[in-house]
Amino acid sequence: MNDFGGGIKVGRPLFEGADWEFGTIQRVHDAIEEIAIGELGLDVYPNQIEIIGTEQMLDAYSSIGMPLFYKHWSFGKHFARNEAMYRAGMQGLAYEIVINSNPCISYIMEENTATMQTLVIAHAAFGHNHFFKNNYVFKQWTDADGILDYLEFARGYIAQCEDRYGETAVERLLDAAHALMTHGVHRYPRRRSADLRSEEQRAKERRLHEERVFNDLWRTVPTKGVEKEDKSIEERRRALLQLPQENVLFFLEKTAPRLRPWQREVLRIVRIIAQYFYPQSQTKVMNEGCATYVHYRIMNRLHEKGLLTDGNMVEFLRSHTNVVFQPDFDDPRYSGINPYALGFGMMRDIERICTEPTAEDQNWFPDIAGSGDPMAVLRDVWANYRDESFMLQFLSPRMIRDFSLFHVLDDSNEPNLTVEAIHDERGYRKIQRALAKQYDIAWTLPDIQVVDVNLIGDRRLILHHRALNRVLLEERDARFVLQHLADLWGYDVLLKEVDPASDSVLKEHAATPRGGILQPDGG
Amino acid sequence: MHIVDRRLNPSGKNLANRQRFMRRAKSLIRKAVHESSASRSIKDADQAGEVALPAQGVHEPSFHRNSSGGMRDHLLPGNKQYVEGDTIPRPQGGAGGGGSEGSPDGEGQDDFRFALSRDEFVDLFLEDLELPDLAKRRVVDSESVSWHRAGYSVTGSPANLALLRTVRNSLSRRIALKRPKPADLQALRDEIAALSPDGEEGDRRIQLEEELTRKLRRTGLIPYIDPLDVRYRKFEPQPKPVAQAVMFCLMDVSGSMTEHMKDLAKRFYVLLYIFLKRRYKHVDVVFIRHTHQAQEVDEDTFFHSPETGGTVVSTALEEMQRVIDERYSPDSWNIYAAQASDGDNTASDNDKTAALLTDTILPVCQYYAYLEVGRDSEHFPPGFIRRDSDLWQTYSAICKSGAPMAMRKVGHRRDIYPVFRELFAKKTATTGAETT
Repeated sequence: MNDFGGGIKVGRPLFEGADWEFGTIQRVHDAIEEIAIGELGLDVYPNQIEIIGTEQMLDAYSSIGMPLFYKHWSFGKHFARNEAMYRAGMQGLAYEIVINSNPCISYIMEENTATMQTLVIAHAAFGHNHFFKNNYVFKQWTDADGILDYLEFARGYIAQCEDRYGETAVERLLDAAHALMTHGVHRYPRRRSADLRSEEQRAKERRLHEERVFNDLWRTVPTKGVEKEDKSIEERRRALLQLPQENVLFFLEKTAPRLRPWQREVLRIVRIIAQYFYPQSQTKVMNEGCATYVHYRIMNRLHEKGLLTDGNMVEFLRSHTNVVFQPDFDDPRYSGINPYALGFGMMRDIERICTEPTAEDQNWFPDIAGSGDPMAVLRDVWANYRDESFMLQFLSPRMIRDFSLFHVLDDSNEPNLTVEAIHDERGYRKIQRALAKQYDIAWTLPDIQVVDVNLIGDRRLILHHRALNRVLLEERDARFVLQHLADLWGYDVLLKEVDPASDSVLKEHAATPRGGILQPDGG
Repeated sequence: MHIVDRRLNPSGKNLANRQRFMRRAKSLIRKAVHESSASRSIKDADQAGEVALPAQGVHEPSFHRNSSGGMRDHLLPGNKQYVEGDTIPRPQGGAGGGGSEGSPDGEGQDDFRFALSRDEFVDLFLEDLELPDLAKRRVVDSESVSWHRAGYSVTGSPANLALLRTVRNSLSRRIALKRPKPADLQALRDEIAALSPDGEEGDRRIQLEEELTRKLRRTGLIPYIDPLDVRYRKFEPQPKPVAQAVMFCLMDVSGSMTEHMKDLAKRFYVLLYIFLKRRYKHVDVVFIRHTHQAQEVDEDTFFHSPETGGTVVSTALEEMQRVIDERYSPDSWNIYAAQASDGDNTASDNDKTAALLTDTILPVCQYYAYLEVGRDSEHFPPGFIRRDSDLWQTYSAICKSGAPMAMRKVGHRRDIYPVFRELFAKKTATTGAETT
C-alpha cells in the first residue's frame, strides 16, 4: 500500500472490493460517525439507514421523496414516467434519498457498491442531516419530529375523505390544491411556529367543536340589510382578512365561503406539506454544498486513516468528480449552474480563505480570512444563511474567476443581449448581486397576492401578479390555475398582472367557477 | 443507528396511484391504444407495449413565468471571450448562448410515454365489450374438477407412496444417526470368527464381541425405514376450465375473394380470438374454408392456400355441423362462429343455407357473426344503387327474426376495429340488429 494521503495509516480497511453486507454498513457508519462528530464537529439527528430496491426508489421519486404519502393520480403519472425513462436507460437513479425527519432517514440503493454506500452515508446521513438539524430556515419552517406522523395523518385523512365523499370529489379538490401549491407557502414567519404533532389533534378538535355547536336554527335568523360601505369599513375588512395575502391556499382555507370543513382540512394538508418543502428550495446550493463538502472531507480522512483502500478511493474520486462537474454555458451538456459544483466550490473556497488567505481575501472577508478554523466558520455559515444571503456574503472573486461567471442582460425591448459584467474587478460585486438574486425565491417564483375581495357584494376575488421586469405569466397555465382557484373560491376570480414600476395593469385574466368541487349547499 | 432492510417490503405500493392515473387519462390512453394497435402486426396485437400520450392531457398547471418577454438576467459560467459592454445577437429559439432555463420541472412539451402491461393493454383494447349469452353453460362446467400433482405429503394412501423420496429420506437419516452398515457388521463377525477364544487373542475377541453387541443394538434401535421417512405423492383438486369455447372461422376462398378481403377477414378473426381468450380459459379454433365444397384446414392453409371453384355456402355449414357433432358437443362447449365472405352464393343454395342456419347451426351457437368484406376501392357511380348480395339478403331475414346473429359490412382495414366493437358492444336490448 502506498501512502498518498500523507497521514499515518492505522486501521485495516473497512472493506475491500465492491461487496457489502449489513456488518459493512454498520462499520462504515461508525467510522464515519467518529470523524463527522469527533473531528468535524457536526451535530446530527440519529440516523436510520434503509436499504431499498429500484422499484422503491422509483416510488420515492414519484412522491417527492416521502416514504408515505396520500394517493393521487399525479404520483402515478410521475412513477410511470420515471419508470419508462429508467427502463429505456435514459435516466439513472439517485444513489440515495434523505428525509428531513428525526430520526433522519436515508434510503440507499441496494445496487450501490461498498464505496458508494460509504459515500452516500457520509453525504446524506451526516452532510444533509447536519444541515437539516442546524440551518435556521429548516428550524423555522419544518418540524422534523412531527413530519412522519403528520404524513401518516394526511394519508389517513385523505383516504377517509375518499371513502366518505368519493374519489372523484377528493381528486378534483387535490388537483386544484396542487395547482396552487407553489403559492401555498408563508414566506415570512408568523407569530407561532408550526407544531405538526398537534395539528392532527387540533384538526379533530376543530371538527368536534363544529359538530357540537352546530345549530340549524342560526340559518333562519334574519340578517340585517347590507350596510353602507365606507372607507374605514373597507380597510377594516382587509385587515380582518389579512389582505394582501400571498399564501393563496391559506387564504382560501380560511376565507373561501363555500368550502366544506373537510375540504378546508385537505387544503391545509397540501399547504403544510408545501411549507415543509419550502426551505429545501431556498437552500439547494448550500445543502448540496454542505453535504458534498462533508463527504469529501470524510472520504479523504477515511483514506488517510487507512480505512479505505486506494482502489476504493479512486472509485470515489471518479464519482465525486462527476457530481461536481460544471459544464460551460456553450457546452451541449450545460443545463444551468450545477448546485453541487457551486456549493462544493464555495465551501472549499471558504476553507481556503480560512487557512491560506490572499491579500484579496483579507480585503473582502476580513472576518474569516486566516481564522485557521474552517469548520467553525462553515458550521456558522450552514446554520445562519440561505442560498441568497450566502451568495451575497461569501461568493469570492476567486470563485467568480474559477467559474468565469458573466452576467448577460436580456431586455426584450432591445435587439441584442448585453454583457453587463464579467469576472473582473468592476464585475465582482455585480455578479455577486445578480447571482444571489437568481437564488432568491421572490425572484424565481411569480409574486402573486390576493389583494381584495368584496364579501358583501358579488364576492369577486381580485389577485395581483406583480410582474417583475415586466415578465408576464405563462398564459395557458395561468388560465388553468385560475380556473382551479375560481372553483375553490366559488365565485368569479380576476387576476391582474401589474407592472410594479408604474402600477399600470399589463394584462388581466378572469375565471368563473365550473362547479364540481363545490356542491350546492341544499340548506 | 438503525439499518432497516426495506427490499422485502411488498412491492406495487404505487398501484393505487397508477390506477388513479389510468382512470384519469383513460380517454387519452384509449385513443393511444387504438392508434398503436393499428400499427402493430397481428401476431402481437395483444402484447404489452408503450403508448405515448399528449403531454397536455395530463398536465399539472402551476403559476410560472413566461419564458420570453420582459427583462431577464442570465448568469453563465465559462466566459471565454466576452468583456463588459459586449452585445450578443439574440439567439433564435430560446436556447443557446442566451442560456436555456428549461421549464421548472424539466418537463418539456414532449409526449408523455409510458408502458402498459399486457393486461392493461387488452383491457383497454376490449373495454366495454362483452360476449352475448356468456352465462349459458357456466353452471355445468364449474362443477367438474381435475386432480393435479402438488408436491409430497406425510399422509396418504399406500397406492400413492413416493418410494424414491421415502428411501432418500431414510438413507439420509441413517447416515446422520450413524446406523452401522451391514458390511461393517459382517467384517466384525469375520474378524471374531478368525480369533481363537483364549490368550491374548481372547481379550481382543471379547472386546470385539462387545463392540458387535453394541452395534447390533444400535442397528435395532435405528430402523431401516422409519415412519418419519415415509412420503406420499400429493394431489389437489383443481377446477376444470370454467368454460371452454370453440371458434369456427368460416371463409369463402373462391376466386372472387381477393387477398385484401382475406386480410380483412383475418384481422377480424384475430380480434375475435383475443377477445374469446380473455373470457374463456380454453379456446379452440376451427378453420373451415369453402368453395363449392368445404373442408376443415389448418390456419396456414386457410389464409394462404389458393383455391378455385364455385361458391356454395351451405357446404361450410354442413362441415361445421359435422365437426360439432364429432368433437364439440354443445353441452360442454361454447360455440362461436364468424363467417367472412364477399356475399356471393349460388342462387339455388340460398334456401338451403337459410334452413341449415336456422335449424341446426344457430340453436347450438352462442353467437354467429357474419362479416361481408368488400373491395377497398369500391366506388359506384352516383345514382347507382348497390344491390345487396345474395347472402346478405338471406341472412338479414334470419337476423330480423331475433337470432343470436349479427352482420356487418367492411371495406377497409380501419373499419375492422369499429365494426368489431359495434358487434360486441355491451347491449341492453336484443342483439342482431342490422345496419348497412
